[in-house]
Amino acid sequence: MSQLLQFQHVVKKYGRKKALDDVTFQITSGKIIGLLGSNGSGKSTLMKLAAGVTQPSSGHISINGKSVGRETKLITSFMPDKPLTEDWMRVDDAIAFHRDFYTDFDEVKAKEMLDFMKLNARDRVTTLSKGMQERLQLSLVLSRDAKLYMLDEPIGGVDPVARGKILDAIVEYYNEDSSIIVSTHLLNDIERIFDEVILIREGKLLLQEDVESIRFNRGKSIDELFKEVYA
Amino acid sequence: MAIEFDNNLPIYLQIMNYLKKEIIMGRLKAGDKIPSVRELASELQINPNTVQRTFQELERELIVETRRGLGRYVTSEESKIMEIKKEMASELLDRFIQGMQELGFTSNDIITIVSDTITDVDAKKG
Repeated sequence: MSQLLQFQHVVKKYGRKKALDDVTFQITSGKIIGLLGSNGSGKSTLMKLAAGVTQPSSGHISINGKSVGRETKLITSFMPDKPLTEDWMRVDDAIAFHRDFYTDFDEVKAKEMLDFMKLNARDRVTTLSKGMQERLQLSLVLSRDAKLYMLDEPIGGVDPVARGKILDAIVEYYNEDSSIIVSTHLLNDIERIFDEVILIREGKLLLQEDVESIRFNRGKSIDELFKEVYA
Repeated sequence: MAIEFDNNLPIYLQIMNYLKKEIIMGRLKAGDKIPSVRELASELQINPNTVQRTFQELERELIVETRRGLGRYVTSEESKIMEIKKEMASELLDRFIQGMQELGFTSNDIITIVSDTITDVDAKKG
């Protein structure tokens, strides 16, 4: 349970607007963490910063003790809210592309996940339904042997069947030495896979807590807590 | 294995209760191997650490024992299983009595109602 990701007084401004405002927290390895907040609360910004896709205006972010940069990108696998694939690709092209791009990409695991997700290697990515798209993106991201996985809204806008399959895959395929951060505003089905949740609102960190202690101490589901906080 | 989870209560307690019931009802027998953390987590679609915690608590209560390198097993002590049964029964009774008292029944009323109902039920089975 070593310290994995650390944010220290991180501020991110877009123009005059603060997307993240003095955010400090840390997470240890071996956890599945829910990053919760309504639309526009700063979830995606937080992930992009940790992934090194964008830089903080001030403050410091480190992963495994190293400042976010080229080295940390090697151990960070990020599923952004936009597809990781190109329109011309078939499913197997996407796999090959990721294999060539990431040295830690495990092609055997990827093939296994395709089967599990019932994805066909020869299908064009443009013909996949939204649910199938998400399954493919998740397979690509989880097939890397990373320390930190970040999934931005993996179950947004997909039907309950695909949602169940995606949750199954997260529980089934994550390894205990790493941590997964999953951002979402849909809690009902997913809250049982979390160890901890982090709640942010208008760029500020409201709460980071163990989910079982939330249930135990407040007698409330995470879903209820969420509705209370963001109402 | 299917559990209808109530997200308002700690999940590990719900799994503990479920496993205890399985043991009492004899679906899991003394000395049976129980599923691994991974297996149970995927099956129930829940966090593996939660399952881990469930098992730790069951071990602490001596209901489950770990055999090094082999996995986890239901205790082979029948007396322990009897103990769980009594414990769960007393929880049920506490809740029942509290509910009846809230409805305004006295202790004697409750005894009469229970004994009448039991007689009825037995007669129907008859």
